[in-house]
Amino acid sequence: MKAVFSPGDKVKVRAAEVATHCRTPHYLRGKRGVVTRVFGAYPNPEQLAYHRLGVPYQPLYQIEFDYQEVWGRSEHATVITADIFQHWLERDR
Amino acid sequence: MSADHHHPHHGHDGGHDPHAPVNEAHGVAPESALLERALRELLIEKNVFSADDLRRQIELTESRTPELGAKVVAHAWCDPQYKARLLAEAKPAIEGFLGIDLNLTPELTVVENTPARHHVICCTLCSCYPRAVLGIPPAWYKSPEYRARVVREPRAVLAEFGTRLPDGVEIRVVDSTADMRYIVLPLQPAGTERLSEKELVNLVTRDSMIGVSVLSAPRR
Repeated sequence: MKAVFSPGDKVKVRAAEVATHCRTPHYLRGKRGVVTRVFGAYPNPEQLAYHRLGVPYQPLYQIEFDYQEVWGRSEHATVITADIFQHWLERDR
Repeated sequence: MSADHHHPHHGHDGGHDPHAPVNEAHGVAPESALLERALRELLIEKNVFSADDLRRQIELTESRTPELGAKVVAHAWCDPQYKARLLAEAKPAIEGFLGIDLNLTPELTVVENTPARHHVICCTLCSCYPRAVLGIPPAWYKSPEYRARVVREPRAVLAEFGTRLPDGVEIRVVDSTADMRYIVLPLQPAGTERLSEKELVNLVTRDSMIGVSVLSAPRR
């Protein structure tokens, strides 16, 4: 699958609930961030966990989140980054 | 040892003999140990891998220590061109310099600490760690407490490790949530510019490459 986001793009992590294995932490779901790196595509871990091939491979991005966006209170000069697969991201505005 | 039997109360660590044979691994719940054994024996029986494959992998895993990372860090401090390659694409840069095979290990990215920016690594979902270069992670790295708190109150967690950063320094908490493993390139301590690369290797600690500490120049 082709990477649709580039560094600098504003994105939002999908606020979905899944009952099965997934690598998108709960604390970042629904949060807005900015793409900082594009890492290439990797097998989808949600399929790998169940002995499937993980196709289509999902582009992986490093996303930067402001502390306040994540926790709802300000913290001086603090940023959180996490690596999120494309199918968990939507364009923000 | 037999002498101790006559003096059970003379204050030896509650009577525990530190040289007694070790009967079981510490900290592994009996049911987890049973599950591991059942799974291992099945995989070997079904020829998924052999006992020797497993032994070889354990031996390889345990041969990796933070000294490998320290060598990479010291080399990056001494060679700006190498540093640029390391930051751009860590895996080939580390493979080439250390002469180790990282082909079957997860992807690696090196993040650089600067006077204005400090990175600290974690894995909130499990215990992802750059084992191929730093070896087995410390127990605290895998603890629910570190994983939960470092993303919520990183400055407080760093302070508990004895690391107080100036207010102007941005903290970047790097959560390893997917296929990428991270290593911190710590800031070279001031006053070490004249040290040889070999001497610099000895300065670099595991915790500085996780980002819970900063390095200081050796005391004279």
